[in-house]
Amino acid sequence: MADAPVEQYAAQLVNIEKYFGLVCALKKVTLEIGRNEIVGLIGDNGAGKSTLVKILTGVFPPTSGELYVAGRQVDFRRYNVKQARAYGVETVYQDRSLGEKQVLWRNFFVGRQITRRFGFIDVKKEKQIASEIMLNTIGFRGKGITVDSRVSVLSGGERQGVSIGRAMHFKAELIILDEPTTALSLKEVRKVLDFVHRIKEGGKACIYISHDIQDVYEISDRFIIMDRAKIVASIAKEEISLKGLGEFLLEYAHGFKDKAES
Amino acid sequence: MKPRHSPLAFLRRVEGLPVIGVLVLLYGAFLITAPAVFTRPLIYMSFLQTVAPPLVLGLGLTLVITAGEIDLSFPAVVALSGFAFAWAFKNLNTPLAPWIGIVLALAAGALAGYINGLLVAKIHVPSIMATLATQFFWYGITILIANGLQVNIKEIEDTAVHTILTGRIFGVIPAQAVWGLALAILLWFILNRHTFGEAIMFIGDNPNVARVMGINVETTRIKLFTLMGVLAAFAGVLLTTEINVFYPTQGQGYMLPVMAAVFIGGTLISGGQGSIVGTFFGTYVIGSLQAGVVATGITSYWVQSVMGLIMAVAVSINVLIGEGRISTVSARIRHWAVPAHPQTGGEPPANNDASS
Repeated sequence: MADAPVEQYAAQLVNIEKYFGLVCALKKVTLEIGRNEIVGLIGDNGAGKSTLVKILTGVFPPTSGELYVAGRQVDFRRYNVKQARAYGVETVYQDRSLGEKQVLWRNFFVGRQITRRFGFIDVKKEKQIASEIMLNTIGFRGKGITVDSRVSVLSGGERQGVSIGRAMHFKAELIILDEPTTALSLKEVRKVLDFVHRIKEGGKACIYISHDIQDVYEISDRFIIMDRAKIVASIAKEEISLKGLGEFLLEYAHGFKDKAES
Repeated sequence: MKPRHSPLAFLRRVEGLPVIGVLVLLYGAFLITAPAVFTRPLIYMSFLQTVAPPLVLGLGLTLVITAGEIDLSFPAVVALSGFAFAWAFKNLNTPLAPWIGIVLALAAGALAGYINGLLVAKIHVPSIMATLATQFFWYGITILIANGLQVNIKEIEDTAVHTILTGRIFGVIPAQAVWGLALAILLWFILNRHTFGEAIMFIGDNPNVARVMGINVETTRIKLFTLMGVLAAFAGVLLTTEINVFYPTQGQGYMLPVMAAVFIGGTLISGGQGSIVGTFFGTYVIGSLQAGVVATGITSYWVQSVMGLIMAVAVSINVLIGEGRISTVSARIRHWAVPAHPQTGGEPPANNDASS
C-alpha cells in the first residue's frame, strides 16, 4: 500500500539522525528527492550537508531513521558504498572519482568490470562502451581525447563529465555532485552545468551541493537549505528569484549570526 | 586541453621500448668491445641462467611498486624459502622430498608475504618500515634455524625437480629462463587484463579513489604482498636448485639490482603504472652488466659505475617521455614512510572533504 507513493521518489529520508559521540550532525532530517528532480543543497560549512551525503552513499550509517532508495528500504547493516551504487546512488567527488594516471576506459568500468572467465577484463567491449558513453551520453567530441587517453590530460570540467557519464551509464537513479565546480574556471563550470542538464534530460535525479548560489539556481528545480544539522527550508524554483534566494540566505546567515552573538 | 606531447612521446607507444633500446645498445657495445665472448652462445646461456631469480623477484616487485608500496623483505624470503627447500630435501626420507620442499618453501614465502600484508593493510604500518623489519626478522630466523650453516644439496641434480626447474631444455636453454618468461607473461596479463591488476593500479594511483570505486583496498594489498612472498620463495627455490646449495645470506645481493631493474623498466616510483615488459628487459640489462663488463677486459670495478650510468640514462628517458615526474618521487617516498590515510572506518578523514 505504501509502495505506490514511495516510488515516485529517487530517495526518501525519514527522520534521519546522526550523532558523532555527543555531537549532533543531523537532527530529524526528513527529505524526498523526486525521480527526475535536481535538488540544490545549500548550507554553510558544518551545516550537515556532507553527513547527509555520506549516509545516502553508504559511507556510514545514521544513528536512527529510515532511508528509501527508489522505493526500496535500505538495511543499514548491509549498506556500504558498493551497495549504494547497486541501489543506484552515485557520488561524483571533485577529486576522488577518477584515477588520474589511468586511461579513461578503465575509469569508466573500475569496480564494475566486464569480465570473461577467471576475472579477466573484456577490454574490447569496455573500450567500445566507454567510447559510446563519451559520444552519446556526455557529448565529448573532437577534442583529441579518446578512451585511451589518461585522465591527467583532461580538464577539471571534463573530469566531472566523465564521472557523470559513468554514473548515468550505470543507471544511477540519484547522482550526487559534491561541490563539483570548486577551483574550476568559468568555462569549466559551464561544462559541468551542461553535464548536469544532461542528467535532467536523462530522466534521473541529482543532488547538487555548491556554495555558488548562481550555479545552484540555474540548474536546480528545488532548493534545500540546511543550517546547524537541520533542514530549515525547501523552496521550489518557481517560488523564488535568484535575488530572492540570495537575500533569504543572507538573512539566514545574519539571523544566525545575531543569535550567536546574543 | 590537449595531451602533452613530448618529443619522445612515441617511445611510449610500445611498452618497455626505452629499456629495450638500452639493452640493444648495451649488447651492441659488448659485441664491439668483446666480440670473442659475445659472438658465442655460451655467455647468453649464462645470462639466461643467472637472471631468472632476480627476474622473478622483479616481476613481483613491479606489482608492489605499482600499488604504491615497497617490499624490502624479499631477499630474506629468498633465504628463508631456500632453507625450507634444502632442509626438506635433505631431511625427509622420501622420493617426494624435493616436491614437499617446494611446497614448504612456497608456503613459507606466502606466510612471510601475508604477514607483510597484514602489517601494511590492517595495522597501517608504512610498507618501507614493515618490510624492513620483516627483512631483519626472517634473515634472523633463517640463520637461527640453519645454525648459520650452509646446506649442500648436490643430490638435487639427480631429481626431476632439478630437471624441471633448472635443467637444460634440448641441452642448451636453461629451464629457469622459460619459467621466468612464463611468469612474466602471466603477470603481464594479471596486471593489464585482470581485475586484480586494475585494482593494483588504482590503489597505487589513489587509494581513496579506489575505495570509492568499490575496490577492497585492504584485501588487495594483503593478496599483493602474499603474492610477492610466494614469488620471492619461488626465486629462492630456483636459486637453491641451480647452485645446489643453500647459504644463510643468500638473496642479500638482490635488493638493489632488482629495484634498479624495475625502475629502469619504467615502473613509476609514484605508483599507479607499472611495466612488466620493462622489468623483464630491465632485469636482463642489469643482469648482463657484471659478466659483460668483465668480458670486455676492463676491470670489474667499472661494473657499478656502468650500472649507475645506465640507470641514470634509462630513468631520465622515462622522465622525459612524461612517465615519472620527479615531483612525485619525493611524495611517494614520503608515503612509504608515513601512512597516507589514517583510517577512520575505511574512509579518509572528514576534514579532507570539500563539503558542508
